[in-house]
Amino acid sequence: MTQESVITDEMRAAVGVESEVYVNDVEKGAIIKFAQAIGDTNPIYNDEEAARQSRYGGIVAPPTFFRSLHSGKMKVDVSSPYTANLDGGSEWEYYEPVRPGDRIGVSTKISNIFERPGRLGNMLFIQRETKYVNQFGTTVAIQRTTGISYQPSDDN
Amino acid sequence: MAEQVYFEDVQEGMDIPTLRKDPTTQQLVKYAGASGDYYQIHYDLNYAKNNNLPDVILHGALKNAFLGQVMTDWIGEWGTLKKLSVQYRGMDVPGTPVFAKGVVKKKYQQDDENIVECEIWLETHEGQRTTPGYAVAALPERD
Repeated sequence: MTQESVITDEMRAAVGVESEVYVNDVEKGAIIKFAQAIGDTNPIYNDEEAARQSRYGGIVAPPTFFRSLHSGKMKVDVSSPYTANLDGGSEWEYYEPVRPGDRIGVSTKISNIFERPGRLGNMLFIQRETKYVNQFGTTVAIQRTTGISYQPSDDN
Repeated sequence: MAEQVYFEDVQEGMDIPTLRKDPTTQQLVKYAGASGDYYQIHYDLNYAKNNNLPDVILHGALKNAFLGQVMTDWIGEWGTLKKLSVQYRGMDVPGTPVFAKGVVKKKYQQDDENIVECEIWLETHEGQRTTPGYAVAALPERD
């Protein structure tokens, strides 16, 4: 079966365009709530008193806390024509700890778009790179993600 | 907190301690709230089934968090996680345990740091690896 490509010129043109930056205020309560949601009881994420005695001198955010932060608006938006979306994976690089009171500027760009036939039909892959920069201008983390979308069949 | 692991104590090929997690539908709702990821396949069974899924499924990013924790639990307070990657190859559903595991693939010194590279993965109670990944961390040394 030949599959028409769903990647348009507009989608291709969006690759590499940086979004706006959205500045997130990191709240201690949000870090604790995130640690509780992932079920990580490490005191450096949950307990200010214990965290103060640690190497970090206070509560820090767990590695995937960045998932709770918002990124700036895309200047060129890309939306999949498909209605079902899956998260294909993430690659993280970490440079500095994140603490309550930090102001983390988040921006994203699309780094790659491609498609492949899969078990659920044609699969569209959109890869994004998200950069997290603190109030001192230091990049604290980079995340590269792969979003996968497909059209659910009407059979079931 | 667990006892600190030191670079000298690590050998290539050694296992890192397994982390068992017991995700529930309640945890998926908590994670949706804490992360802001409200995609309905993670808590609305009808919605999930209409998307050809067998059940509500774990957020990929929650599994990513479990694989982050298996590393940070092991490297301890004085270890520093530098890279973490995960691929969502299979789905995991709430109500059954998942196990985050890992093995040390490489250890070396670079730029005055003691680096360990680990293959990590999440597997179901039936031993199926749904979520392979890789992690790089720096460890302290005894002096």
